[in-house]
Amino acid sequence: MNLNFTAQEKDFQQEVHQFLQEKLPKNIAQKTKNSIHLSKKECIEWQQILHKQGWSAINWPVEHGGTGWTPTQKYIFANECAKAGGPDVIPFGLKMVAPVIYTFGNEEQKQRFLPDILASNVWWCQGYSEPGAGSDLASVRTTAVKEGDEYVVNGTKTWTTLGQHADWIFCLVRTGEPSAKNQEAISFLLINMNDPKITVSPIITIDGRHEVNEVHFDNARVPTENLIGVEGKGWTYAKVLLTHERTGIARVAISKDRLVQLKALAQISPDGDNKLIDDAIFAQKVAQVEIDLLALEYTELRTLSAISTGQAPGPESSILKIVGTQVIQAIDELYVEAAGYYSMPFVPDQFNDDFDGQSIGPDMATNSSLRYFNNRKASIYGGSNEIQTNIISKAVLGL
Amino acid sequence: MDFSLNNEQQMIQDSVSKFILNDYDFETRRKILESTTGFSQENWTLFAELGWLMLPFTEEDGGLGGSMVDLMLVMEEFGKGMVVEPFLATAVMSGGLIALAGNQTQKDDYLPRIMAGELQMAFAYAEPQSRYHLNNVKCIASEKNGEFVISGHKSVVLNGNHADTLIVSARTSGTTNDNNGISLFLVDANHPSVKREGYANVDGHQAADIWFDNTPTLELLGEQDNALPAISNIIDKATLAVCAEAVGAMQIANERTVEYAKTRKQFGRTIGTFQALQHRLVNMFIEHQQAKSILLMAVLKMDSNNGHDAKALSAAKSRIGKAANLVGREAVQLHGAIGMTDELDVGHIFKRLTTIQFLFGSTDAHTKRFASL
Repeated sequence: MNLNFTAQEKDFQQEVHQFLQEKLPKNIAQKTKNSIHLSKKECIEWQQILHKQGWSAINWPVEHGGTGWTPTQKYIFANECAKAGGPDVIPFGLKMVAPVIYTFGNEEQKQRFLPDILASNVWWCQGYSEPGAGSDLASVRTTAVKEGDEYVVNGTKTWTTLGQHADWIFCLVRTGEPSAKNQEAISFLLINMNDPKITVSPIITIDGRHEVNEVHFDNARVPTENLIGVEGKGWTYAKVLLTHERTGIARVAISKDRLVQLKALAQISPDGDNKLIDDAIFAQKVAQVEIDLLALEYTELRTLSAISTGQAPGPESSILKIVGTQVIQAIDELYVEAAGYYSMPFVPDQFNDDFDGQSIGPDMATNSSLRYFNNRKASIYGGSNEIQTNIISKAVLGL
Repeated sequence: MDFSLNNEQQMIQDSVSKFILNDYDFETRRKILESTTGFSQENWTLFAELGWLMLPFTEEDGGLGGSMVDLMLVMEEFGKGMVVEPFLATAVMSGGLIALAGNQTQKDDYLPRIMAGELQMAFAYAEPQSRYHLNNVKCIASEKNGEFVISGHKSVVLNGNHADTLIVSARTSGTTNDNNGISLFLVDANHPSVKREGYANVDGHQAADIWFDNTPTLELLGEQDNALPAISNIIDKATLAVCAEAVGAMQIANERTVEYAKTRKQFGRTIGTFQALQHRLVNMFIEHQQAKSILLMAVLKMDSNNGHDAKALSAAKSRIGKAANLVGREAVQLHGAIGMTDELDVGHIFKRLTTIQFLFGSTDAHTKRFASL
């Protein structure tokens, strides 16, 4: 057991660092650091730069275009990206549906879908939650009824993140008899959204943004060849995907960088004649989050180390989801606190290129409450923290 | 000891409560926020007609009493509807300062117009560097030909974009942190040397950053160099007002969340039947009750001490801030994703409960102040 990077790992760190210096567009880094949302174009631009380098799919097997990195390399990459302001890739294609396709899809599906995901030519979104199926995801009601070589899909998916940009959606649909047990009638279907029978309507969230959507299917016709695996096994596939979603969800590297920046902000934020960092109560709050984050980092490293010895991420990944989101939200809240009165103005367009008004407050302050509001979602999505608690209780403690 | 309301107090509460129920539902509020002014002039006139704008003032000043109990009753009801009309900025803070520090001529000039709903005002005190230190004033007032001109930058001035007249704190002597040397001035908000950048806050309230550049003042308000006690008193009064507002807002957040837990079904049962969630809802209820109690403590202590009790006030702000934090976040969390939407009131209550935690001093700042007194 040891903590030190090997010489090769140090070389790798240098390589990543240099790549980010050279290839990460400055405006994208600046926006990412200041919690400004990227346009679709900017997201794709960055992902295609990563792809050109061969680094867009860090978790995929090498045979499909993955990096083949060790957990340590992934850890180094995540940390360097966060430091440099390299944005996360949009997860729905690269991190969510791709593992399902290369694990459970047939050869034709792998060849058809994976290259475009790898190259970010196609934007994917996730069709899981429904108005009546949130925490109780297995109660999805969207139906896919087989007619010849097509499924006829009807229903509504919701909280579809960035669905307004998407070309394709992966869905949990009900294919079995209505009498079948909830989970045994669920199938995993890939649906092309270029279909007038599919409509996307925006949902505005409390930070004033259009990030999530409702997606309506009104007799949409989907070729049966888009079914992953076999009918009725969708729940099993989805669970694998959710476990993948949870391991990435701790976002340790980003929280580490956010803390570094928060401390820098506290160093320059005036508190009357002093600086905010001189306030013992504030400094203690920052220290507490930092300590929590250190523990979380090592919990994550333990998980990664287990994966590298061939074990699959288990229900322990729920710990990463719970603690990771607690840390994210605690840091967000400290930014609001640091911003003081400048956490209050709502001037979301002041960072747009064409904004011609007066910029209000210091850069890092003005988006602080919007980020705080937006990230309340973190303890709700991906299986709410209450559901994660139930998973640990049931699957780990055997209660 | 008697915590029941007298007839007049009951009437105030009933009248505001009726207004919120009948005329200030969430959709009406949304339309008000989307209007060009961001508040309703019609409502403002109504507030004047109903005498609510007279409530913060003593009978001697032409008002209806001016007690903290009255203020609490109005603001708690306002909190239930998340009222955005500038009652706090114009009547409580600006009107309150004139009543507290002004001479008879100034009172005669301004107070009747405020109470009649004819004058919009704002109190510009916070600066980019001051955070919650009221004595930290960099804005400078210098004498030119026997008259004061003001230069400097004031931050997040509530109602600053709609005010006709501003009250501005500025330094007439001493250095930035001196308790002495701060004076208050009445300033024409529309003077060409005043630059205002208006915006809505995340809670829907209107505000502005304001820059003064050798701006002429209309007149001095109160004693030269010695405005800090009046500023501190009026900020305490405003703080009490938002504490009461938070208590009202928490009540609605809790009602909505309990109602949702009773109707939302997952896993074949209403989510309110899960004990894990029941306990969380009970915690929210306890927080609201504790907040309501400490509010009452502060109101009664202030009323029995000529409207001033800094220690009691800071205790209330600290405790209510803590409650507002928990209740706001839990209301969203227990609603799940629907609580994150702009469409539902719960997210908006959460936002207002968040800004109140930082208005007029954060929870920590008031805890510290409580300990120091």
